[in-house]
Amino acid sequence: MSTSTSEIARPEFLEIELDQKPVERRRIKRKTINTIIWFVVLAILTAIVLYPLVWLFIATFKPSSEFGQNPGLIPDNPTIDNYFKVLEGIAGVPLWRFFANSTFIAVMAVIGTLFSSALAAYAFARVQFKGVGILFAAMIGTLLLPFHVVIIPQYIMFQKLELVDTYWPLILPKFLATEAFFVFLIVQFIRNIPRDMDEAARIDGAGHWRTFFSIILPLIKPALITSAIFTFIWTWNDFLGPLLYVNSPEQYPLPVALRLYNDQTSTSDYGATVAVSFLALLPILIFFIVFQRFLVDGVATQGLKG
Amino acid sequence: MSTTLTRAIVTADKEGRPRLLGRRGPDTPTRHGLKVRNRRETATGYTFLLPWMIGFLGLTLGPMVYSLYLAFTKYNLFTEPKWIGLDNFVRMFTEDPQYIQSVQITLVYVLIGTPIKLAAALAVAMLLNYRDRGSTFFRSSFYAPSLIGASVSVAIVWRAMFSTDGPVDNTLSFFGLDIGGWVGNVALVLPMMILLAVWQFGAPMVIFLAGLKQVPRELYEAAEVDGAGPIRKFRSVTFPMLSSVIFFNLLLELINAFQVFASAYIISNGSGGPAGMTNFYTVYLYKRGFADLQMGYAAAMAWVLVIVVAIIAAILFKTQKSWVHYAGDNR
Repeated sequence: MSTSTSEIARPEFLEIELDQKPVERRRIKRKTINTIIWFVVLAILTAIVLYPLVWLFIATFKPSSEFGQNPGLIPDNPTIDNYFKVLEGIAGVPLWRFFANSTFIAVMAVIGTLFSSALAAYAFARVQFKGVGILFAAMIGTLLLPFHVVIIPQYIMFQKLELVDTYWPLILPKFLATEAFFVFLIVQFIRNIPRDMDEAARIDGAGHWRTFFSIILPLIKPALITSAIFTFIWTWNDFLGPLLYVNSPEQYPLPVALRLYNDQTSTSDYGATVAVSFLALLPILIFFIVFQRFLVDGVATQGLKG
Repeated sequence: MSTTLTRAIVTADKEGRPRLLGRRGPDTPTRHGLKVRNRRETATGYTFLLPWMIGFLGLTLGPMVYSLYLAFTKYNLFTEPKWIGLDNFVRMFTEDPQYIQSVQITLVYVLIGTPIKLAAALAVAMLLNYRDRGSTFFRSSFYAPSLIGASVSVAIVWRAMFSTDGPVDNTLSFFGLDIGGWVGNVALVLPMMILLAVWQFGAPMVIFLAGLKQVPRELYEAAEVDGAGPIRKFRSVTFPMLSSVIFFNLLLELINAFQVFASAYIISNGSGGPAGMTNFYTVYLYKRGFADLQMGYAAAMAWVLVIVVAIIAAILFKTQKSWVHYAGDNR
């Protein structure tokens, strides 16, 4: 029955299409024009949005003397002197040291966040225990809590423990899953995994640890990658943390070093400041270009603040 | 599939509590065995949760309680906290014009900046949603600022962009608007900070776009058949279908906006100037707490922020009923 109706319907449908061909052609033409307008509008918007970054990149080739003199985008006398000056470092500390400090802190933060968040997320999503509801609500509450309410007591605590001017205050919280966003992100991801998988493992006699390591962990890899990239970038960009806790210039991560640069040289040597700013952003821009799918999809599905 | 299978086996065993047993699998425990199992389950749960629990109690809940105590004291890190009752709060609202100004500019920044940012995000998301092919590149480009916007580098760039004879000043001069640099201008530095926030519209835009993709095309087609124009379609289809996403974005962006720190700190060299116009709440809190070591006062400020954020969240959740529609709602 159904085949016969479609046989009747098809020629009719084709006929209508034939009849409408001139209209159709006009519609296609209008559609093409719309698409062109769409592209042009978005291209202009992109140019505006990305202009500060383009400006930053090109400005690194401007001699310091041209800042404030040559308002144009393109330098009159392009030079790479800024980069050479920057390599000398600041306050007697070579530039690579700041990069090494930042990298160390960010890598430790990634390890800590993945470890602690994945464990907590598994407990919230898969283990039935007393109090899980209240604790989950508390975790969601910390998502919305302005963290400034804890920085003063935390500072006092780390100061009493004599951990100020070490990296402990920056790294330890990451091993304790204080960034609730990632716990939440992984919980959501685990909840989307069919329970059949781990139930099958349970029937085969696997306990929670076994289930976690051999079933869940491999399946949540995309959520872990998203969390890792965001943790790296946020830690790399974090300014308040190191501003509070790191006092010796040779221990500075990039953002605080950059501020030192900005304070000391901005009036005299603007070119160098701009070059360091660009170098500090470069790893993140590269990260972004390589992992943009994970980042943008991570935001789309979980609503990360970015 | 196997969930039903397990449940079937369990009910065949004719034990009570089918719900509990249903997720526990076919090895039907005795009542005593269940208790042991539950206890073991709880123990395992807390073991998994141990790092988070230590962090929650030691780095969030404990410090919150301690800072609530500090809010009623005078404390400079070196002598013991001295109980002064409500003095910090009284001083804040009656004797500290810097605080009042800081509250004012923060509110302006949050209440004007966030709606503009979200409107831009929604507009661009709708534009991107018009066509799938080619939109991924634009989506990524627009998202990039959200990722780096709070960094020190961008703050330095922003200051350069808006300084006297910088790119923005030049462009505006070209169009005959000779207003000079924005950075040192008392009237323009706050709009400049708002623009920096709006520039980071990418993150909410990506969330809006994901929401727009969920709106069934038939709804638009039905609206078109009924003769709805673009404005009507937005009001009667897009907005209600997107309201839960708008709610989510609004909540997160408002809370985040209150906490802006690094860019204001860098742009003003830590001073909050010119004339206190970048002395945002958190910048002022940092200055009081860590430059002046008035930690009791800063703790009181932090608690006022928590209460304000809680009130805003409560208002949003309360009004949610009247304008947020969730899928499956019959209204």
